[in-house]
Amino acid sequence: MSQAAVKKIRPKYLSLQALLFEIRLPLPGWISILHRISGALLFVAMVWLLWMLDRSLASEAGFEKVKHYAGLWPVKLSLLVLVWAYSHHFCAGVRYLFLDLDKGVDKETARLTSWIVLGASLALTALLGWKLW
Amino acid sequence: MTDRVVTGAHYGLRDWLAQRITAVIMAIYSVIVAFVFFFSEPVTYGVWRDLFAQGWMRVATLLFAVSLAWHAWVGVRDILMDYIKPDGLRLGMQVGTLVVIACYLGWTIQILWR
Repeated sequence: MSQAAVKKIRPKYLSLQALLFEIRLPLPGWISILHRISGALLFVAMVWLLWMLDRSLASEAGFEKVKHYAGLWPVKLSLLVLVWAYSHHFCAGVRYLFLDLDKGVDKETARLTSWIVLGASLALTALLGWKLW
Repeated sequence: MTDRVVTGAHYGLRDWLAQRITAVIMAIYSVIVAFVFFFSEPVTYGVWRDLFAQGWMRVATLLFAVSLAWHAWVGVRDILMDYIKPDGLRLGMQVGTLVVIACYLGWTIQILWR
């Protein structure tokens, strides 16, 4: 009796281990959660971006200060993350608009467009990053 | 009696549709601004100030900011509805979000028309 209790296979719950190692999110799922994370990130970072816009338009001294500030590597790195967040949110958003119109909802196409979104947003980040610095 | 709650989504198509329409407006603005920057001379203070001194740029940026405010409200509200379960806390965070968005918007207007 007690042995049976020990050997009993327990039902599977969404443990952290299951989430990390056992359940594999398909690529469109990753695009979806990254769309949410990038959106939240942009919302939170808006205060910082507005502050930079404010200072850079206030005076020439402010503009130069922001320019210098944006050249510091931690700032540069943070800005690059935000550029990626914007690019990803943009590309994934365009994909969702097409999905809303019932275009590309079959599995093959949905996976293909997910790869395109992932690649295009990284390429955009690289391109904009290269142009900014 | 339905189980509608005050912190819910108002059960309509309006916000869903608004999020899509504002997305399209912001996408068009983004593409235009990206092209302007990509093919413009190195940005100096003069170029930067003059760009935002033009009427069309101010109005377009304001349109972008209002679209962003509405879009972000729907998005953040969706996130809060998914992860924040206690009603009081959720309502508090939703009100906080609206206050933050209102501040962002007021500040943007102040920056554009100083």
